[in-house]
Amino acid sequence: MLEAAAIIVVLAMALVLYRAIKGPMLYDRALAVNVIGTKTVVVLALIGFIYDRPYFLDIALVYALINFIATIAILKYSETGGLG
Amino acid sequence: MVIDFILLFFVVVCAVASVSMKDLLGSVMILGAYSLLMALLWTRYNSVDVAFTEAAVGAGITTVLLIAALSRTFRHEEDPEKPGQSIFPWLTRIARLIPLGVVMLTGAVLIYGTLDMPNFSDPAAPANLHVAPYYIEKSVPETGSINFVTAILASYRGYDTLGEVTVIFTAGICVLILLRRRFHG
Repeated sequence: MLEAAAIIVVLAMALVLYRAIKGPMLYDRALAVNVIGTKTVVVLALIGFIYDRPYFLDIALVYALINFIATIAILKYSETGGLG
Repeated sequence: MVIDFILLFFVVVCAVASVSMKDLLGSVMILGAYSLLMALLWTRYNSVDVAFTEAAVGAGITTVLLIAALSRTFRHEEDPEKPGQSIFPWLTRIARLIPLGVVMLTGAVLIYGTLDMPNFSDPAAPANLHVAPYYIEKSVPETGSINFVTAILASYRGYDTLGEVTVIFTAGICVLILLRRRFHG
């Protein structure tokens, strides 16, 4: 059951990956990369339960925090043309 | 498992897309997604610390640094030199295929080299019989750390780690110097 859920979430990642590669706009890509990060968190939590390692849940939370950095940098660059 | 193959396929797709993309900002973003997928794969193979480094450095810091570099240069890649401009267009076309051949050949040789290797996590493999038993038995009484990796990195190979920290510190200073020049005109 958990395996099926993980595979479905990973396949949903494929749809978002298509949007990230195809574009066409910057915001499509930013949102797509952010969603890929969120789905990474979900898949990590599911994998943790599939392989009986519940501490993966803590790692998933840290990934959710890391996921913000890139999005903020990208959006700041698109708004001001720099990071300053 | 099925997930591994799907994720590895995504990683390859991300790598090809980020190389072939002309919009460098999009390329940087795809690289961030690549790092997240790689971190997922590392975690699935139980190398949690490698996965943490991949997520923090690959998806976090590298993206910010590459965007900082983009903000000081150009966002779009220029078109490569067209084959028609050279005297022998076919020569340029063949010359572009040479790196592909070299990479394929090297990869084939490396895969051939892995055929002799012991099975994954085989306890009788030579790599697991050399110093690993010593670390497993002695690291707790000798260093007091309950984590082997921490004991090896911070105690047995302390000077090595000090050298690495020096290299990374120097690189950080260089990056700061390069990025701060803008504020002084």
